[in-house]
Amino acid sequence: MASPNIGVKEHSHGGDVPISRLDTHGSFDVDAFPVPSGREEEWRFTPLRRMRGLHDGRDAVGGAVKVETRAPEEVAVETVARDDARLGTSFLPSDRVSALAYSAFTEATVVTVPKEVQVSEPVYVKITGVEEGDAYGHVLVRAESHSSTTLVLEYGGSSTYSDNVEFVVEDGAQLTVISLQDWDRDAVQVSHQYAKVGRDARFKSFMITLGGDLVRISPSVRYVGRGGDAELHGLYFTGEGQHHEHRSLIDHNVSNTRSRVEYKGALSGEDAHAVWIGDVIIGEGTQGTDSYEHNRNLVLTDGTRVDSVPNLEIFTGEVEGAGHASASGRLDDIHLFYLQSRGIPTDEARRLVIRGYFAELIGRIELPDLRERIMDEVEEKLALHE
Amino acid sequence: MTKFEIRGLRADVLIGAEQREEILKGVDLTIDSGETHAIMGPNGSGKSTLAYAVAGHPRYEVTDGEILIDGENVLEMSVDERARAGLFLAMQYPVEVPGVSMSNFLRSSVTAVRGEAPKLRTFSKELQSTMKGLAIDSSFASRGVNEGFSGGEKKRHEILQLELLKPKIAILDETDSGLDVDALKVVSEGINRAKTETDVGVMLITHYSRILNYVKADYVHVFAGGRVAESGGPELANALESEGYERFVKAGA
Ligand SMILES: Nc1ncnc2c1ncn2[C@@H]1O[C@H](COP(=O)(O)OP(=O)(O)OP(=O)(O)O)[C@@H](O)[C@H]1O
Ligand SMILES: [Mg+2]
Repeated sequence: MASPNIGVKEHSHGGDVPISRLDTHGSFDVDAFPVPSGREEEWRFTPLRRMRGLHDGRDAVGGAVKVETRAPEEVAVETVARDDARLGTSFLPSDRVSALAYSAFTEATVVTVPKEVQVSEPVYVKITGVEEGDAYGHVLVRAESHSSTTLVLEYGGSSTYSDNVEFVVEDGAQLTVISLQDWDRDAVQVSHQYAKVGRDARFKSFMITLGGDLVRISPSVRYVGRGGDAELHGLYFTGEGQHHEHRSLIDHNVSNTRSRVEYKGALSGEDAHAVWIGDVIIGEGTQGTDSYEHNRNLVLTDGTRVDSVPNLEIFTGEVEGAGHASASGRLDDIHLFYLQSRGIPTDEARRLVIRGYFAELIGRIELPDLRERIMDEVEEKLALHE
Repeated sequence: MTKFEIRGLRADVLIGAEQREEILKGVDLTIDSGETHAIMGPNGSGKSTLAYAVAGHPRYEVTDGEILIDGENVLEMSVDERARAGLFLAMQYPVEVPGVSMSNFLRSSVTAVRGEAPKLRTFSKELQSTMKGLAIDSSFASRGVNEGFSGGEKKRHEILQLELLKPKIAILDETDSGLDVDALKVVSEGINRAKTETDVGVMLITHYSRILNYVKADYVHVFAGGRVAESGGPELANALESEGYERFVKAGA
């Protein structure tokens, strides 16, 4: 496992502005980013050969996805052309893949939750691969001020897919997103999710990655007002030969903001590879930041690989709390012993303990159907290696 | 009628990859249904090791001797098979299993030991009344197994499992330690209910004779230096209480 990087920079007074090692500049210009070679810090864990050209833009476009939506009537869902003025205003692509996806999509889905509306039913956006070849998409979700919504963003089928998802959480709004990567086994996805969190706004993300051959998702959070709160929960079950990579970036560029990142994974089978990179920046001149990030990995068989790297960069002395933890390990044989000593057979004991490991995280998802479905899929994957 | 026999049992604690230490140095003990054997002995003498060796704990390894339940070789059974064969261990330090709810755990365990799933309604009635008998609040059923329980709460839940699983032979490792007088009474009543209802044979490991005021022992064994150093009737417990273990520790050294 890689070791954590923690930088506490000197507070500077005039002169040089401290520069983060974490590259947070961005551009819509694809050529502003060189084609990754795989040696770069941001790419060194990703098997580029399996990205099918999503990073260099060489492969022919020609694939297609189908986008289905369902929403209660108080929510506006539109399909718009790429020149819609609302698109691309909340973020700058942070790498070449993101810029490429933004240059290549043809239609975008825009979800708008009007001001002060408390949406009772979840909004569903389902993206399904329907034709071979690469496909690009774009989603913008705007939770207007003091609204409250839950959105389920689901990916399925087979595709080579890249998109940018913008979450704009305006002042006082609450947005909960469950992003479910439930691809067929051969799919490739590289996505960026950019959240912009307003004053006293709450953004909650559940990133559930189960499917695909290679899934690399970079969720980022940036605050535009005090009192913003972001919780990023992640769950992945990485099976034989799968590559699941999650790279979160929380930029505490405003005072009095809070973030929690908690990603939990399990790995099972030969060449299962999980990567978690947790970048947190606590910006210069900010005060009262409260941040904590945590990654845990449960290693169920031999032959798996985990790379777990928290990066915490602090540019101010006025931090309320900042911490991180990362741990990978096997199932605890003493837990299993206890259950077995009560007559429970090994397989069932393992299932109970693994269920227990994920239960708390899944339990926070407020949609019972989805909870059941996720747990069932986890158990299905579990059964493959028993 | 069950006969449980431990013969010439030697066992090591596995400390590291290369490191082990012999703790049990030839234990002989026979327990029949309905009998209660108190095992008393100084700290570190190997009482818990004996209990864990019988249950099949992964950190201990039996190197010699045998354990039989009605003539069946316990050492050849997996941990769960031992439980299904009628052995039960109430642990000195019950394990916390995060995220697994107590009710789920109990249902799985009762199903495994009884060989069929109990009807949901009957089981939940049985669970509720057994919990009530041990003064356990019903809210515990939805909590994680032993998760954040106090020492005394953990011990009550071990006895709850004893009552639900109805084993033939129960090893109770310091179930009395850390209990206040009221809790000790409640727990002792639980043990006594199990004794009268199922005729369970009990190995009661304890430091103090106070539990023997509530749970009557037929035999008392002094455990020292990894073996049974002396056996006698209930009067031996009182002698130990006043004289301590000194004489045995010296003899064992
Ligand atoms: N992991 C370990 N490493 C080293 N020694 C160990 C380990 N586990 C147990 N032992 C040793 O084994 C011996 C027997 O321990 P055991 O727990 O069986 O004693 P006990 O009689 O139950 O004591 P107590 O009355 O304190 O519960 C002790 O000397 C203990 O230190
Ligand atoms: Mg002990």
